Amino acid sequence: MIDRIRDRVNANAGLVRRGQYVSLPFLLGIGEEDYVVTIEKGRVSSVEPRRLATATGRFTIRAAKAVWDEFWKPVPKRNHHDLWAMLAAGIAKIDGDLLPLMQNLQYFKDVLAAPRPPREG
Amino acid sequence: MPEFEPIVGRYFKMNVAGDDYRIHVEEAGRGTPLVCLHTAGADTRQYRHLMCDPAITNHYRVIAFDLPWHGKSNPPVGWRDREYRLTTDLYVQTIMAFCRAMALERPVVMGCSMGGRVVLHLALKHAIDFRAVIALEGADRVEPYYELDWLHRPDVNGGEVCAAFVSGQVAPQSPDEHRWETLWMYMQSGPGIFKGDLYFYWYDGHFDDRSPKIDTARCPVYLLSGEYDSSCTPERTEATASRIKGSKATVMEGIGHFPMAENPALFRKYILPVLDEIRETVR
Repeated sequence: MIDRIRDRVNANAGLVRRGQYVSLPFLLGIGEEDYVVTIEKGRVSSVEPRRLATATGRFTIRAAKAVWDEFWKPVPKRNHHDLWAMLAAGIAKIDGDLLPLMQNLQYFKDVLAAPRPPREG
Repeated sequence: MPEFEPIVGRYFKMNVAGDDYRIHVEEAGRGTPLVCLHTAGADTRQYRHLMCDPAITNHYRVIAFDLPWHGKSNPPVGWRDREYRLTTDLYVQTIMAFCRAMALERPVVMGCSMGGRVVLHLALKHAIDFRAVIALEGADRVEPYYELDWLHRPDVNGGEVCAAFVSGQVAPQSPDEHRWETLWMYMQSGPGIFKGDLYFYWYDGHFDDRSPKIDTARCPVYLLSGEYDSSCTPERTEATASRIKGSKATVMEGIGHFPMAENPALFRKYILPVLDEIRETVR
């Protein structure tokens, strides 16, 4: 699913517009693996596994792989359907400089959810 | 002429705790008064679908008002130098003042989220004044999970961050049209108002050991919460029901924290039987 983020975000003109003032890298933790997601003016320029200790981001969003697998289903079960619901349930963590995340929270929520297939009906 | 909705809105002046407020109220229907209380940082528009449903308005006079500082109700004169912070006492006083001003005789009162919490305080303190209370997404206590300061600061857009904080409180199954209308209202809230409301919802309005003292024989209590609610979770709702003897709890599948606004078609399947039961059993 992680490999779909870039294309899905960049193909969504409305989402890119809402993120037009966002240019930064952030870390997305999926289980034991960290990915550096780099945003440039709302577009995802790269999603790369974190190879170097110095490769980091302004903030980090982490959850277990099973949590993200559920999050990316068309209709996730409760507590798994939204980053803030995951925080409330204690199954995701955010760290680092939260200011750019808060300034663009719906944008980042939608970037995370971008790989989710549309629900039927 | 356009095809008007049956909702009619008006304004009046009301004094609460020494402050005068210009209050916006809207209503539709005839019958038993049903006072509807909106969620934190929102306004009466959340109840517009109920007010246009003849299955409800044929039996109930549905009345909703914007709390002071919310929607089309004004803040008090001098608001610029005051920090808005809703307390349990102020909230209860406001609702009681509204019911007196409107000369309502033992209305049913239904509130959502913080409105769902305060109706439990009404059942405890003013049981004789209400025919029944309906707590939507209302538990006797919840657990805070973020810092309220993010909701009101100059370097974060208040409306957008409030909406983004609660967007996950809408169930994934809810229609996009209603999801984004619900969030639009959050984007329109006054600066610091959602934060000030959450002071009640997350801190001051908590019950300690008092919820078992609610007497459902004097004032019936109904609890309805959405499966996808992250604050008033199904577990907290059921725990609240276990502490309020005689209360009736329902978990609404496929619904989040804003049932009447986010999925009105599904919500009516849950609320109609409750309203029918109140009408048939409570005198």
